Amino acid sequence: MAQAPALPRGFELPLKQRLPRIGSIDQVAVEARAGELAKRSIKKDAKVWALELAIRCCDLTTLEGQDTPGKVAALCSKAIRPDPTDASVPSVAAVCVYPNLVPTAVERLRGSGVKVASVATSFPSGQSPLDVKLREVVDTVALGADEIDMVIDRGAFLSGRYADVYEEIVQVKQACGDAHLKVILEVAELGTYDNVRRASLLAMAAGADFIKTSTGKLPGAATLPVHLVMLEAIRDVYEETGRRVGMKPAGGIRTSKNAVQYLVQVHETLGPEWLTPDLYRIGASSLVNDILMQLRKEKTGAYQSRDYFTND
Amino acid sequence: MSNVEKRRDRAPVPQDWTYAPAPETRDIVRLRDQYGLFIGGEWVEPKAGERFKTIAPRDEEPLAEVAQAGPEDVTRAVGTAREAFGAWSALPGSERAKYLFRIARILQERSREFAVLESLNGGKPIKESRDVDVPLAAAHFFYYAGWADKLEYAFPNRTPRPLGVAGQIIPWNFPLLMLAWKVAPALAGGNTVVLKPAETTPLTALLFCDVLRQAELPPGVVNILTGDGSTGAAIVDAEVDKIAFTGSTEVGKAIQRRLAGSGKRVTLELGGKAANIIFDDAALDQAVEGIVNGIYFNQGHVCCAGSRLFVQESIAEPLVEKLKRRMATLRVGDPLDKNTDVGAINSRMQLEKIEELVEAGRAEGAEIYQPPCRLPEKGYWFAPTVFTNVAQSYRIAQEEIFGPVLSVLTFRTPDEAVEKANNTPYGLSAGVWTEKGSRILWMAERLRAGVVWANTYNRFDPTSPFGGYKESGFGREGGLHGMEPYLSLS
Repeated sequence: MAQAPALPRGFELPLKQRLPRIGSIDQVAVEARAGELAKRSIKKDAKVWALELAIRCCDLTTLEGQDTPGKVAALCSKAIRPDPTDASVPSVAAVCVYPNLVPTAVERLRGSGVKVASVATSFPSGQSPLDVKLREVVDTVALGADEIDMVIDRGAFLSGRYADVYEEIVQVKQACGDAHLKVILEVAELGTYDNVRRASLLAMAAGADFIKTSTGKLPGAATLPVHLVMLEAIRDVYEETGRRVGMKPAGGIRTSKNAVQYLVQVHETLGPEWLTPDLYRIGASSLVNDILMQLRKEKTGAYQSRDYFTND
Repeated sequence: MSNVEKRRDRAPVPQDWTYAPAPETRDIVRLRDQYGLFIGGEWVEPKAGERFKTIAPRDEEPLAEVAQAGPEDVTRAVGTAREAFGAWSALPGSERAKYLFRIARILQERSREFAVLESLNGGKPIKESRDVDVPLAAAHFFYYAGWADKLEYAFPNRTPRPLGVAGQIIPWNFPLLMLAWKVAPALAGGNTVVLKPAETTPLTALLFCDVLRQAELPPGVVNILTGDGSTGAAIVDAEVDKIAFTGSTEVGKAIQRRLAGSGKRVTLELGGKAANIIFDDAALDQAVEGIVNGIYFNQGHVCCAGSRLFVQESIAEPLVEKLKRRMATLRVGDPLDKNTDVGAINSRMQLEKIEELVEAGRAEGAEIYQPPCRLPEKGYWFAPTVFTNVAQSYRIAQEEIFGPVLSVLTFRTPDEAVEKANNTPYGLSAGVWTEKGSRILWMAERLRAGVVWANTYNRFDPTSPFGGYKESGFGREGGLHGMEPYLSLS
């Protein structure tokens, strides 16, 4: 068997019978498979179920220089009751904001069950010294964030210093304490599906609770084939170790139809166990309103204009 | 949090996500109760007045009654085709091309109708008839339309001439697509045609007659006769200039015996027992997709199906695990449901043949796996099946099953893979999965198979020739190679 590339210490895949296999991804075939799954036709009850799940799994996000406490407060209201006219619509999973706005979100969301997520480690580029990044993580957790979204050091990854990337994730995980760690691979900068798979395995081995596609700051963020590659990596880790790692596509998911396509992939690749906010999140800002529109259409039989849904 | 925000009104969330049925509507297809024979551009009654029922394999619902063409009907159709040959072959190629382009466009326009009927009468999933069969059939007409006026350039320094009347007998696994493979090059070359669709799947061919009329193809250029094996035999014996047959090796051999010394040309596209070879450096998840597509596509009713899986021993265990997990996600059921991956077996006869061979596999000691799936009660169904611990000598590794049944064998070195893959009376197709480009070429040189796919499987294109070695037949269909059997080149 082909010798797998040398692995950083602590890699969790088993070393007993077989060597861990990083393997490769065939671009044409993975895109074909993703295209096939995207053609699933989800109707009626199954559609409503999926749309509600998409809301329950949503990380409602605002990551702008112009974010203010007022903006975040509005977003938190949306997170708790996405459709003020329909109490049957569930809350989203979390609100994702910059560290400075964590206290506002914590206060607004107290008692609602909606989590507070924040980005740290010099988001979005990750190009800062390690001690600065760690300090940022510790401070953000202290401010009350339940979940930390970190970025990997793409510079180190692309220059082949995998051990550095790995080591950094291990230390960030430690700094997180009880907070959940989502590791952003920023797939648009990785260039190949092979790299996406390698980075996914690296992040999971280093202790990621979730792996996440993108910062949302670059064009070409989450795509269906990239999502599939990451899900397959998660499944391989589960098969080898029994550990369930979560998945979060982010960036570019704006329509209900698209969200359902992502959920179909999860359903048919990882199985129903992953169809829960504990193991699956969708990072989005404009998706929720499109889902609300579809849900209301399913319930009332008629589409309503955008003006009937709040922009927050 | 405000009081309004606190108010919740939610039922407990159900755990399971069951896809709601998503059936393609069948209203788009209007069937007649009875069909005649399509001779000289008209519907005519069979001389003996015999008819038989054609059904939907998903629930045995009778769909229509079709005519049983006897020897006299065949003689009449061949005579009509002969009459039409003069004017048709005298047309400039560019004029013949216009008709072919027109047929192709009408097929595209009516694609949904054809897809629904193909799935209804044949049992294949609508997603396959919609995304593969019908678009490819149209593509074949487009492609050969392009050759019709360029034949002199295609065969430089030779004079291409049409042969005359072509008798064409096609199988039930890709009814419309096989019709296109046969009819398009024949017409492009200036021949006229008498075609017999398979006994169990005549309906898309009969609907195609409608397309021919819409395209205003001159009467008699294409004649379509429905019937059983005896009709096929009568076509072989009739005054035709060429026979093109796709079907079983057994019948192919009988046809060749019959035609020996008759001066009629013949091409045969027969059975297969293809090797799909997975090396240890292959992209595994994509290879698994290729294996599934190779053997469960169209319920395994594919002559080039990758029915023998050769896995390099070092990865056999994880690969088979992945394969089984993937098989469990295959959705078996109503062919007209847009989410169905595996449809109904084409006929009771075929189902019995599959059952018999699977039983033989068990008896010989192979280990069987079938994913849990609920098969409909009515109709003909067989769960996706994989056999492990298969020896080269077992019947399931030797004989063509033509069903959703895969045999897994292992190998250690590339030489061994080639040796085992070639160790079969057939030679239609093969698949090679490796990240190493040089190994793909090395394997392709040595595999005795008409088609070798690399890191993919069951991909078809009108520009690419298709055909076999050994008992898989001779002659090529598709591409420029597919023109030759319909021309005399002097």
